[in-house]
Amino acid sequence: MKYLLLKHYRGAPTPENDVPMDRWTPDEVDAHMRFMRDFGARLEETGEFVDAQALTPNGAFVRYDGPGRPPVTDGPFAETKDLIAGWYVIDVESWDRAVELAGELSAAPGAGGRPIHEWLEVRPFLTGAPAEHE
Amino acid sequence: MTEVPVDVSLLRELVPAVIGVLVRRGADFASAEDAVQEALIRALETWPDDPPRDPKGWLITVAGRKFLDATRAETSRRGRELAVDLEPLPGPAPATDDTLRLYFLCAHPTLPPGSAVALTLRAVGGLTTRQIATAYLVPEATMAQRISRAKKRLAGLPLDRPGDLATVLRVLYLVFNEGYGGDVDLAAEAVRLVRQLAALTDEPEVAGLLALMLLHHARRPSRTDPDGRLIPLAEQDRSRWDTGLIAEGVGILQSALARDRLGEYQAQAAIAALHADAPSTAETDWVQIVEWYDELLRLTDSPVVRLNRVVAVGEADGPRAGLAALAEVDPDLPRHAAVAAYLHERAGDLEHAADLYARASRAATSVPERDHLTREAARVRQALGP
Repeated sequence: MKYLLLKHYRGAPTPENDVPMDRWTPDEVDAHMRFMRDFGARLEETGEFVDAQALTPNGAFVRYDGPGRPPVTDGPFAETKDLIAGWYVIDVESWDRAVELAGELSAAPGAGGRPIHEWLEVRPFLTGAPAEHE
Repeated sequence: MTEVPVDVSLLRELVPAVIGVLVRRGADFASAEDAVQEALIRALETWPDDPPRDPKGWLITVAGRKFLDATRAETSRRGRELAVDLEPLPGPAPATDDTLRLYFLCAHPTLPPGSAVALTLRAVGGLTTRQIATAYLVPEATMAQRISRAKKRLAGLPLDRPGDLATVLRVLYLVFNEGYGGDVDLAAEAVRLVRQLAALTDEPEVAGLLALMLLHHARRPSRTDPDGRLIPLAEQDRSRWDTGLIAEGVGILQSALARDRLGEYQAQAAIAALHADAPSTAETDWVQIVEWYDELLRLTDSPVVRLNRVVAVGEADGPRAGLAALAEVDPDLPRHAAVAAYLHERAGDLEHAADLYARASRAATSVPERDHLTREAARVRQALGP
């Protein structure tokens, strides 16, 4: 079963250890980066890794504006409440395993070397059509 | 015959020549290229157990057969006569080099850069579609489609029409800048392709690009630490720079410059050579680097060059002069805030520098760059104290 572990720049509930990264010490920044890299490597080792991507905070909303007209853009996202930072896609045996992994990822070290307790969104993928219908 | 291990680099070098042979025997480029790709994949599968005595002859034969199979299938489907005769010609394969024409065709100005890159890597570089797809992180089917659409676009163009060298060089430079991807070292592959192109042409800009790549490549081992973190030029361990590559790059650049037909790649290589020559950033000839940037601006008028020039001005004439020059540069450039942060830090305005580094990290276009700038923000913030 595939799950998305979604990381937000904003929009998720405020984490316990909520200090912006540029206010950590350089060593704390390094420890965090190392944790993130190791987490990905560990998922590859267990055969549960599918994809990981990071997004810049930039971009815009875009929508169709009728025939013959260019699309309308609304952004940069200054006003939006929710801003996605990136994700892992994992392929695991159960919802419980997905929650366990999200919990581990949320323990990434932050300011003071303490876990961030960041809220991650865990979302099951809809699967393709099963081979047989009853 | 003794057993020879599969020489993958030799195999790949043969690819453009074999495409050329098929085209000269009457195949159209798109089908010839497909047939050689199939032969290449077959070679990668079978050569380890059963290496051919004549690798080029083997490829020509197998690719020719694949081509005939595909053409016969197509012909019977359309009920037409087979129009080409691909029976092997007697004697050795002609030595005429068709490779150069392929460079120009694959990097044709009518192709979008991403397609030109893919086609060049396949037809000139001899990479498989899967390797290219992995390197660029797209599904194999997507890459196959991109290549096939590119070839459709090229259909009907005369193979022998001179192409646009500037486009060819830009495509190869794009490949170089992609660095590592999957199991293919794209930077090394770009160096190989430019080296080969330099041997086929007599253009100072090709030599300039080769020199530039060699000089950058020479510094690669020192540019990241074992954890993948970026190490800025000033902090790089220069003893790890590859002096052999530097010497080669400088030699190639000097002969190119002596031809007195300056171009942007030669100018960029000259800047890289000045860095390569310096024992430290403090002992770098920044004044001469600024002069080369001025030259480069005359040649390209590129905003990115203008921004890089600001860094050199900051080193040559001090951070205040750098900040004055920065005022003339487009603030929307991705690295603008990073340059501003660096200059403000040098000028002693740490508070402002820390904010700018944090802003720069949000404007970064790659993960290593973002992480580096975040760390810089943290470092300057820490120096400020609580």
